[in-house]
Amino acid sequence: MRATTIEGAQGTNPLVIALAAWLIPGAGHLWSGQRFKGLVFLVVLPAMFATGLALQGRLFPFELQQPLVALAAVADLGIGVPYFIAKALSLGGGSVLAVTYEYGNTFVIVAGLLNLLVVCDAWDLAAGRK
Amino acid sequence: MQTHLGLLVLFAAFVSTIFAVLLRDEPRAQLRFGATLFGAFVIGAVAAGWLMLPLPL
Repeated sequence: MRATTIEGAQGTNPLVIALAAWLIPGAGHLWSGQRFKGLVFLVVLPAMFATGLALQGRLFPFELQQPLVALAAVADLGIGVPYFIAKALSLGGGSVLAVTYEYGNTFVIVAGLLNLLVVCDAWDLAAGRK
Repeated sequence: MQTHLGLLVLFAAFVSTIFAVLLRDEPRAQLRFGATLFGAFVIGAVAAGWLMLPLPL
């Protein structure tokens, strides 16, 4: 399975695979031939992100004056295309008064951070380090 | 589902699934690692909550 994996990604710039993995969760693993892993990431990460939004989580703005808010914004962006779709649909406004607000933020932020971990793994696969 | 415990279980399920699939290659190892992680999340959170019970709000 590992040989197939490296073969699948052979000749492709790891940077391109990492970019695809960031934009579409699981795309890097699918590209590298790891279908099961890719499909799980493709389903679970956007589902976690969507759950966070449904729980009134907020997509934080890039406010450099507030470093923690800016860091949360970077984590939110980690999910890739779903972030831009949510922005385009005006989702992620967040409701501080909602009981689930902090839970929603946690789901959204962690989904983005987990996708960044998945991107690192896809990079390693593409570079032949795994 | 919007209870502390319900959301904790849902969060643990999401995170355990991702870590198990990411860090293990064999299906059986993924299942075992995922179940262990899920249990550690839920039991650890409940235990931490129980320990904090005497603390004032």
